[in-house]
Amino acid sequence: MLNQLTIAELTERLARREVSARAATQACLDRVAAVDGKLHAFLSHDPADALAQADAADQAIAAGATHAQRPLLGVPVALKDVIAVKGQPLTCGSKILGKFISPYDATVAEKLKAAGAVLIGRLNMDEFAMGSSTENSAFGVTRNPWDTARIPGGSSGGSAAAVAADEVIATLGSDTGGSVRQPAALCGCVGLKPTYGRVSRYGLVAFASSLDQIGPLAKNVRDAATMLNVIAGHDPLDSTSIPNAVPDYTAALGQSIKGLKLGLPKEYMIGGLDPDVKSATDAAVQQLAKLGAEIVEISLPHTDYAVATYYIIATAEASANLARFDGIRYGARVDGADPIELYSKTRGAGFGAEVKRRIILGTYVLSSGYHDAYYLHAQKVRTLIRRDFTNAFAKVDAIVAPTTPTAAFKIGEKSEDPLQLYLGDIFTLSCNLAGICGLSVPCGFTKSPKLPIGLQLLGQPFGEETILKIAHAYEQSTGWHKEKPSLS
Amino acid sequence: MSAVQVDVKYVAHLARLALTPEEEQKFGEQLGHILEHIEKLKELDVTNVEPTAHAAPRVNVTRPDEVRPSLPHEDALRNAPAQANGLFMVPKIVE
Repeated sequence: MLNQLTIAELTERLARREVSARAATQACLDRVAAVDGKLHAFLSHDPADALAQADAADQAIAAGATHAQRPLLGVPVALKDVIAVKGQPLTCGSKILGKFISPYDATVAEKLKAAGAVLIGRLNMDEFAMGSSTENSAFGVTRNPWDTARIPGGSSGGSAAAVAADEVIATLGSDTGGSVRQPAALCGCVGLKPTYGRVSRYGLVAFASSLDQIGPLAKNVRDAATMLNVIAGHDPLDSTSIPNAVPDYTAALGQSIKGLKLGLPKEYMIGGLDPDVKSATDAAVQQLAKLGAEIVEISLPHTDYAVATYYIIATAEASANLARFDGIRYGARVDGADPIELYSKTRGAGFGAEVKRRIILGTYVLSSGYHDAYYLHAQKVRTLIRRDFTNAFAKVDAIVAPTTPTAAFKIGEKSEDPLQLYLGDIFTLSCNLAGICGLSVPCGFTKSPKLPIGLQLLGQPFGEETILKIAHAYEQSTGWHKEKPSLS
Repeated sequence: MSAVQVDVKYVAHLARLALTPEEEQKFGEQLGHILEHIEKLKELDVTNVEPTAHAAPRVNVTRPDEVRPSLPHEDALRNAPAQANGLFMVPKIVE
C-alpha cells in the first residue's frame, strides 16, 4: 500500500520509476475515502486537483528531475487548514471565514510546491489553533485513529490523525503551545516545532505571533527532517524569520549520540503524570543512556508558572490578531445598523466558545488598569522561563521529558473545564515561550486501552540537528513508530 | 462564584464581541477560575527583570524600497462579503 510508505521509501521507488506519483496519490485518496468518514481528519480535499499535481510530478520525473533537486517530488502531503494555499479553501476551523479561498500561497506552501509535493487537502484543527483536542473545530471533532472515541490532540489534530492513519505521507501543522508535538504524541507520530524564526510564518493565519511556528508531522524522524529541510529558511516576507543558514537536517541522522548530555527536568515528574506515561518516559531515558547519552538531572524552576504566563501572552496576542475578523474585507458578515454593531454581531456569530473566551481574556489582560498587572508581569515571567532554559543548556545538549502528562482522553471528557485542559499543556508551552525547538517521538503505549505515548526532546535555539539526531537514534533502537492503529 | 470577577459585558464590548446572557455568565465563571490560577504569577518577584516580547528579537528589519507587484485588486475583493464598484461595502459611517 503506497499510502503507508515513508517519504524516504516512496521517493526511492519514484526515483526508480517503480511507482508513479499518480498511483501514490490515488492510494492516499482511496485511504481518505475509506477511513476519513470515521476520523474526520480532512475538512476538504480536491481529488482531481491532487491527481493533476501528481501527473505534473510524474512528468517532471520522466523529464529527469531528481529528488536531490526536489526532495518531495510526487509525495502526497496535506496542510493544517490555517496555512494558505492559493486557490484552496482556508477556514481555520472557524465559521467566521465563510467560503474564504486563499488569494496567495504561504511561503511554506510555495516551498512545498517547489519541492514537488502533491498538496491533497485541508486538515481539521481547533478553531484558530486554540485548543488541545480538535473539539473546538466549528466543523466537528477529529477522532484518534487508535481509538475513535478519543481525541487526537490538538490543535493540529487533523494533521496528526491523517499521518497516523496513513491518509497522507506527511503533513504540516502549527505549534503555538504544543499544537504539533501534543497531537503527534497522542496519535503516535513524530512532530517537530522548529525554533522561533526558523520557518516563515507568512501565510500562516496568526494566533499568537511571538509563539507561532509551523512544523512537520511525519511517520518517522527522517521524514520530519526532510520536511524541515524543505520549509526552513529566511523569508523577507516574515520580518521575524531569522537569516541563519539551513543545514541538511538529515545529515546528522545515524550518528552516535554517545557522550551527549541530556537533561531530565525534575519539575516535569509531577503528580498528575499518568503511571504508564511515567514508566514509558523512564524506559526511554534508560534506552537513551544505553545508547551512550549521559543523563543529568536539571531544574527548570519556573515550570509551574508556564501555563499562567502562556495564557496571558497567547490570549493577549490573539485578541489583537483576531481583530481583523470583522466582517468587512472577507468572510462571513452579520449586518448591523452601524459598523460597531456589524463587527459585534459578525464576531458573536462567527467565533466559537473557546475563541470568544480567549479574546475576552486577552482583551481583559491588555485593558486599561490591568495591562501592567497581567500582561507586563507575564512578559517578565517569560524572561525567567527563558533564563531557565539558557541556564539548562549551559549544562546539557538537550532536554528529555514527556510530551503530555496523559495519553488521549475521551471526546467530551474535558470540554466543560477549560482550565483543566490548559494544565495538560504544561510540558509543551515553555518551549514556545522560550523560543527554542522541540519534538515528540513515539515512546510506547498505555497498557489498556493501547494508546500512543510521546517522548519530548527540547533543543537549544537552532538545535534541531541535535534533537533530530537523538530522536532518530532512539527511534531506530526501539521501533515504536512502526506500530499502526488497526482502525477497526 | 470565584474570587476574581471579570466584567465580561464591558470587556466583550471592548472586543466588539456580541455575547448572549448565557455566554456572559458562563465565560464570567470560567474566566474567574482561569484568573485565579493566573494569580500565582504574583508570587514571583520580577523587580529588575526585563520583559520578553519576543524570544528572538530582531530590530529594524527593512527591505529595499522597490516597486513590486501586489495582490491584484479583484483578488483582494474576491472574499469580501459585500462589494461594489471595486470597493468594500460597509454600513453608513457619517450622515
